[in-house]
Amino acid sequence: MQFLSYLVNGISLGSIYAVIALGYTMVYGIARMLNFAHGDVIMVGGYIAFTVMTTMGMPALAGICAAVLVCTLLGVAIERVAYKPLREAPSLAVLITAIGMSYLLQNLALLVFGSAPKSFSSVIALQPLRLFDGALIITGETLTTILASAAIMAGLTLFVNKTKVGHAMLAVSEDRGAAQLMGINVNATISLTFAIGSALAAVAGVLLCSAYPSLTPTTGAMPGIKAFVAAVFGGIGSIPGAMLGGVLLGVIQSLSTAYISSQMADAIVFGVLIIVLLVRPTGILGKQTREKV
Amino acid sequence: MKKFLSFMLALCLAVSLAACGGTGSSAPAADSASAGTDAPADSTPADGAGEPAASGTAIRIGGIGPVTGGAAEYGLAVRGGAEIAIAELNARGGQQYVLQFEDDEHDPEKAVNAYNTLKDWGMQVLVGTVTSAPCVAVEAETAADNMFQLTPSGSAEDCIKEENAFRMCFSDPEQGTLSADYIADNQLAAKVAVIYDSSDPYSSGIHDAFIAQAKAKNLEVVADEAFTADSNKDFNVQLGKAKSAGAELVFIPFYYSEAALVLQQAKAMDFAPIFFGCDGMDGLLAVENFDTSLAEGVMLMTPFTAAATDDMTASFVAAYKEAYGQEPNQFAADAYDCIYAIDAAIQKAGVTGDMDASAICDALKDAFTQITLDGLTGKGITWDASGAPTKSPLVFVIQNGAYEAA
Amino acid sequence: MKIRSLNPNFRRRLVTYGIVAAAFVFIQILSGAGLLTNSLSGQLVPICAYVIMAVSLNLTVGILGELSLGHAGFMSVGAFTGAFLSVCCKDVLPGWLTLTLALLAGTAAAALVGVLIGIPVLRLQGDYLAIVTLAFGEIIKNLLNSFYIGRDSAGFHLSFKDALSLGLDDTGEVIINGAQGVTGMPRSASFTLGIVLILVTLFVVQNLVDSRTGRAIMSIRDNRIAAESVGINVTRYKMIAFTVSAALAGLAGAMYAHNFSTLVARKFDYNTSILVLVFIVVGGLGNIRGSVIAAAALTVLPELLRGFSDYRMLVYAVVLIVMMLFNQSPQFAAWRQKLAAKFRRRRPNRKEA
Repeated sequence: MQFLSYLVNGISLGSIYAVIALGYTMVYGIARMLNFAHGDVIMVGGYIAFTVMTTMGMPALAGICAAVLVCTLLGVAIERVAYKPLREAPSLAVLITAIGMSYLLQNLALLVFGSAPKSFSSVIALQPLRLFDGALIITGETLTTILASAAIMAGLTLFVNKTKVGHAMLAVSEDRGAAQLMGINVNATISLTFAIGSALAAVAGVLLCSAYPSLTPTTGAMPGIKAFVAAVFGGIGSIPGAMLGGVLLGVIQSLSTAYISSQMADAIVFGVLIIVLLVRPTGILGKQTREKV
Repeated sequence: MKKFLSFMLALCLAVSLAACGGTGSSAPAADSASAGTDAPADSTPADGAGEPAASGTAIRIGGIGPVTGGAAEYGLAVRGGAEIAIAELNARGGQQYVLQFEDDEHDPEKAVNAYNTLKDWGMQVLVGTVTSAPCVAVEAETAADNMFQLTPSGSAEDCIKEENAFRMCFSDPEQGTLSADYIADNQLAAKVAVIYDSSDPYSSGIHDAFIAQAKAKNLEVVADEAFTADSNKDFNVQLGKAKSAGAELVFIPFYYSEAALVLQQAKAMDFAPIFFGCDGMDGLLAVENFDTSLAEGVMLMTPFTAAATDDMTASFVAAYKEAYGQEPNQFAADAYDCIYAIDAAIQKAGVTGDMDASAICDALKDAFTQITLDGLTGKGITWDASGAPTKSPLVFVIQNGAYEAA
Repeated sequence: MKIRSLNPNFRRRLVTYGIVAAAFVFIQILSGAGLLTNSLSGQLVPICAYVIMAVSLNLTVGILGELSLGHAGFMSVGAFTGAFLSVCCKDVLPGWLTLTLALLAGTAAAALVGVLIGIPVLRLQGDYLAIVTLAFGEIIKNLLNSFYIGRDSAGFHLSFKDALSLGLDDTGEVIINGAQGVTGMPRSASFTLGIVLILVTLFVVQNLVDSRTGRAIMSIRDNRIAAESVGINVTRYKMIAFTVSAALAGLAGAMYAHNFSTLVARKFDYNTSILVLVFIVVGGLGNIRGSVIAAAALTVLPELLRGFSDYRMLVYAVVLIVMMLFNQSPQFAAWRQKLAAKFRRRRPNRKEA
């Protein structure tokens, strides 16, 4: 029974990583860049929702909508100002700019919202599920997060595979030059990717803060890195892979804290990642690409 | 070559930006509570004229702590508390003070940089640093320079290893030992669980001493679980282990931002032991939008709470709230007391603003063992030559969303 | 012998040594004239450490062409090994010998860890390799955070749990105390030592780059498959570059540890790795001289920004972004060229006048 509750806890934690990882993987797959600022967009989403819901006293739905709207605009703006001019530059240049953006967002949040932690009100009104006479309790946040991440994954997969814009994204990720020659507006496609990725970050921010209601300017940093690891775990660029990677990461973290060592859980998580990558060098569901000379 | 040229251009841009910043340095602090605590960086140490009712030269007090990054909260609190104390002392007349506070990002290397910057400014006494590891690094510098150092909250034992270093707060091992004593002596529980942050010196320092003392006092530690700063959101597993081990009391020696999560997650799993925290727990009730019913029955050992009703605390809390829009925590109170302790020692030793830092240090080292301070964090605080304060810890229990003496 | 007649590679190297030596002389003159601020003089040793870090990381990222996000991990291995050795030996050996041993031990330990990590890591490619180095960096930090070692009359004790489980007797002292780190190192690192170590690092790296081995390494960067097809042992050369890079990072770490009286593992997280990466990208990938200058300039920059008070790190972030856009964006590059062309046209005019 204990095992089951640790497992459920791991899945719950993992599905939050999964939502964040989905945003990461979208952006990476299409723009081929590691967007280190993604975790900080999550934090911004959390603060926007908090401001609307608690400071202004509006309903939860308004908070979520505001967070999604602001983060989408923010994501597109960041892309336009900081990443787009560097599209032809070496990928490391964009990486460094993304890091600069991450510093910028964290420090802006520190100045605007202050350093003291804020307690986020959960947007989920669902009652916890009590199984086996209360021996196993699954909170509403856990259920919602798991369902939301699964729904987002399914929605994204459908969007990418079934719509025209989605096909354009696939084409850009496959070969940017060829896509352009085929008449696809590469810039618009990449902007759209950032818009979707940032909207997902806002949702992830609200879910993260609902499950773990402590909001500070560095809230997004570590979950961002962990989700990035999750995305690589599952095979970066792959939508189901991000989901799988996120959940696995959460489960491994939860179980190693429970049964091996709570001090070294982080090392164990990263250790498993390394082993997985040695066996499957492009992640669990990653595409094996053949190198061309 | 072109790259190099452009790089130099960029650097020039940066430096010129920095130069503009230098002249505008007092602007960001000007709207804070204490006008006059921020001196222009380019003035000389002999500058203190223009202050109302000034007598002699103002003494330059430097402060170091994190005001950006993950630990910014603690540094900002110390800066705020110190600014309020300085504004009060300057308004009183007599000896005047100026405060310059530098950021260390909770990093020993940056703390030493901040210290050197303050030395260039002409600092005569140091209040800092706020966090332990940077404090130990800066202490080696102050000892070499013979600069008087009083740390408000550097609680590791090594923070006051040197003769010139004094401390305002309890040390980590003291807190761990006192907590175990209190729990055992008052028979709060027989089975105790501990959850602590193994990547944080403060938390692991308290933990180590607590476990040792718990053994000595025959407390049964049924679960001893850690987390790290990289995984400080989910405590379900640690709490689950404590719950299944039948713990009646969970000792949580870490800061309130994480404690708020622990309480919420314990509630969600129907686990209701006594939670017992240390001074880092203070501030819990002031977290914006926090559901204080979660904290019902939580016990904490802390020298300060903003809820205390004495005049001194009430006026400090009011001043702090007005200046910074939030309740002060124990860091702010420690810093406030630091400034008053330094003032008391300065009066005692007859130190004046035109003495150099080394002479002030020699005078204050002696004077500190002779003063008694009635401060926010304790009445009748005294210091011995080791630099450690003698003050009594208070245990509070949270009832109906407020602290009650336990 | 005329400078012009020298081998261009050798000439380029000489200029780099010259810049370092000139910086040393310049600082000595400032210091002698009493013009050196405390702020700058306190940063000299960390600057030297970051310069070595940047040059060594450039070997992996710029010359070998593999992105590493865990370079601070090697630095921490060197720092903790050096600090441990110093604390153990400081009472029995003379200071200079302790320092030398600590530097050597730090370098050797980091090299060893470099080999151990290199074996699995270098089988991967691209961003996967990058994320695995980040993972190793975090693993090293996590292990050091829960690593306890103490010494008493019975010898050394080791634990991965807490200081209590070391079971030390009354004479015991804890040397590495988990998250509380190491304290009490002799603070024996100096600017002169830093400059000497920078020169050693430059010597090692530049000679490696200009050697047959270096050309092999660069051929792997430019086209791995082509390199393989002409019979270059890719794994071997990758390992050489990676290990040398790790060893030098260990050297930087060991020196860094001897500049402060305390050392905590938290310092060496991915943020520090990324910071060093920023240095080499700003200085130019594969450009050793650029790394030296960028590391020094960008270490000083946040200190210069102290005047901004609370806005300091915000300004730092903006400067970083603007600098990247200015250096790397094609639009800016075109604008810069236009500007340079204008200057070139003007110059002869001035001569005529």
